[in-house]
Amino acid sequence: MFGKRKKEEEGGEKGLFERLRQGLSKTRGSLAGRLDRLFLGRKEITQELLDDLEEILFTSDIGVATTQGLIDSVQDAVSRKALRDPAMVKDALKEQMLSYLHVPPIDHPLPAAGEPHVVMVIGVNGVGKTTTIGKAAHRFKSEGKKVMLVAADTFRAAAVEQLVIWGERVGADVIRQKSGSDPSAVVFDALSAAVSRKVDMVLIDTAGRLHTQKNLMEELQKIRRVAGKKLPGAPHEVWLVLDATTGQNAISQAQIFNEALGVTGIVLTKLDGTAKGGIVIGISKQLGIPIKFIGIGEKLDDLRPFNAEQFVQAVFE
Amino acid sequence: MFESLTEKLSDVLKKVTGRGRLSEANIQDALKQVRLALLEADVNYKVVKRLVEDIRHRAVGQEVMGSLTPGQQLIKIVNEELTRLMGETREGLHLIGRPPHCLMLVGLQGSGKTTTAAKLARFLGRQGRHPYLVPADVYRPAAIDQLKRLGSQIGVPVYPTDSDRRPEDICLDALSRAGREGADLLVLDTAGRLHIDVELMAELERIKEKCRPHEILLVADAMTGQDAVNVAKSFDEALDITGVILSKMEGDARGGAALSIKAVTHKPIKFIGVGEKIDALEPFYPDRMASQILGMGDVLSLIEKAQAEFDQQEALKLERKLRKNTFDLDDFLVQLRQMKKLGSLEQILGMLPGMGQLKKLKQFKPDERELIKVEAVINSMTRQERRNYKIINASRKRRIARGSGTSVQDVNRLLKNFAQTKKMMARFAKKGYFNMSSFLG
Ligand SMILES: Nc1nc2c(ncn2[C@@H]2O[C@H](COP(=O)(O)OP(=O)(O)O)[C@@H](O)[C@H]2O)c(=O)[nH]1
Ligand SMILES: [Mg+2]
Repeated sequence: MFGKRKKEEEGGEKGLFERLRQGLSKTRGSLAGRLDRLFLGRKEITQELLDDLEEILFTSDIGVATTQGLIDSVQDAVSRKALRDPAMVKDALKEQMLSYLHVPPIDHPLPAAGEPHVVMVIGVNGVGKTTTIGKAAHRFKSEGKKVMLVAADTFRAAAVEQLVIWGERVGADVIRQKSGSDPSAVVFDALSAAVSRKVDMVLIDTAGRLHTQKNLMEELQKIRRVAGKKLPGAPHEVWLVLDATTGQNAISQAQIFNEALGVTGIVLTKLDGTAKGGIVIGISKQLGIPIKFIGIGEKLDDLRPFNAEQFVQAVFE
Repeated sequence: MFESLTEKLSDVLKKVTGRGRLSEANIQDALKQVRLALLEADVNYKVVKRLVEDIRHRAVGQEVMGSLTPGQQLIKIVNEELTRLMGETREGLHLIGRPPHCLMLVGLQGSGKTTTAAKLARFLGRQGRHPYLVPADVYRPAAIDQLKRLGSQIGVPVYPTDSDRRPEDICLDALSRAGREGADLLVLDTAGRLHIDVELMAELERIKEKCRPHEILLVADAMTGQDAVNVAKSFDEALDITGVILSKMEGDARGGAALSIKAVTHKPIKFIGVGEKIDALEPFYPDRMASQILGMGDVLSLIEKAQAEFDQQEALKLERKLRKNTFDLDDFLVQLRQMKKLGSLEQILGMLPGMGQLKKLKQFKPDERELIKVEAVINSMTRQERRNYKIINASRKRRIARGSGTSVQDVNRLLKNFAQTKKMMARFAKKGYFNMSSFLG
């Protein structure tokens, strides 16, 4: 069941796009489907249309501020007579969303020659950090890289075992100590091992914690510091994993984790449910952190790079 | 973000002006902000829509209470409506019939089922139950291991199995083994699944079929967004859940999902998870949730204080009048209105020593219709009559009855009751029993 990997390269752009759409079909079924239905057969821009539009945006978890921003910009354009019919409203929305989603990548240091690229994965409990690491490891392995997983979630019962199973699945080394040990010590040792084993990518799994727990945030900062001491520049990237089912709190999570640790990219998981993923738009707009990957299932190849054009395309077409 | 919205709401509330009553016009802007605050708290769009209409309906025309501003009065109504929707009272587990009893936990991936299973086992263990943890998540790597660890941490037996078996077989076998393990309560930890996953939902139905759990509890993340209603509805339709446990409540989520889930399933929220520690499980109190969703705890406690102060002032006024024996029909009317809020006069007096024999006051427990009648009668009196009921002779009574659309008997009954009350109250006031403020404060 696992490891039966679809070859992405083969289908080229179109194949990838098709699968993205498939993965997002639930999102489509609601947000896009409803938007399509909304605009279908309407000749005039009425208040009713705008109200319905507002409902669609709100129920997609896009959030109060962003929804109001989108509606205002449409309303504004309508009153300037820049938008004359519903089809133009749709295009304008698409464009506006795209502009929100177009976030420049955040600069991060690159590893020195012969040193591994280190990624630290963080997020609240149960969002899919460990699973994302498994899937990402699979992705990097298929790019021909040597991957190492670091079990720095020493808190949750059997979290280490969970990562070990993923390591076996994808064929990556897992560095672990016994449960309850100091996570930054695990990371320190792992980075030594990574250098000597000539690993290309190191993925650090951390314990889930609510962003409001100060002491746990400090633990993450310590991991960060220790990694940097061992390998200057490490961790080169910090991925924040967010669950697409989460509502407006995702923004608070992103804000607080970002302040504490400097997030370089977001992984948005569980887009295979019926959650609309609208939160992506709000987060990009409000925080300026790019979305790196999306998770669309629990299998090995259910992690896809996020591409704003394709995302909006998949949402609208 | 939340802060700014709450601030905005507070600002708008200050602008709700006008004396006396709330009107459609003066609450318009405030209601808009209330709506946005609820949406920001992740209350489902449709639920918000209904709620705001209910609030508008109730608010328009309502009198503004004593020391409250009109804006505060509106928030009071919003809070009351939220509380009503949330369910007024707390509901526990219904574990009846012959043990072993069976609890089944279901939910999306990552909602916190496994941890909650252990928490429940601990919670119920402390109430003298003998729990048995059953790991039925055969999909997530190391999920069974996780429950085993948690079980050994809290000294609760865990059904031994591996992930090669079917979940329904695991559960059923565990049920038959429970007795031998000395257990009287099973907690089934099922795998997380998407509510749209037909195959996996069918698996839950099979477990239900075979084990006939006494409680099927949906474990939902307090941070869930608009999708909470779809998730809850699907699980409820498939399994007819008996309640909900909200996890991760210790964060800064406003928890609108709680309200939405309650509104669409009508199933009670029974517990909340407030931390990663196994002890961090608490019974759920709906009224507290209501104020959290609104995010206006400060305003609400102000309102509470104002209300208490108001009541106390009224009580003090009454007490003074009783002492001076100037209690008149106007006061009587105020008093009757207050009783609705404070409980019956009988209850109030019952709190005083030596009041046991005041059975006669029972007839004063006003129901809404009676109160309207009494109000009408008193309103048809002249000011003089209200000050001094003794001047009300037969012809005045006829006039009052006509004016209030009641009968002379009604007027007579009221006057008799009033006279009796006044006499009794005066007597107790003199004895110093009647210190109302002491039991209101
Ligand atoms: N449907 C779905 N489930 C996911 C996805 N990513 C993770 N999960 C599931 O979410 C649950 C929690 O994941 P886990 O990696 O243990 O979360 P962590 O606590 O953040 O490490 C597991 O059951 C995963 O299989 C996804 O993209 N879609
Ligand atoms: Mg994990």
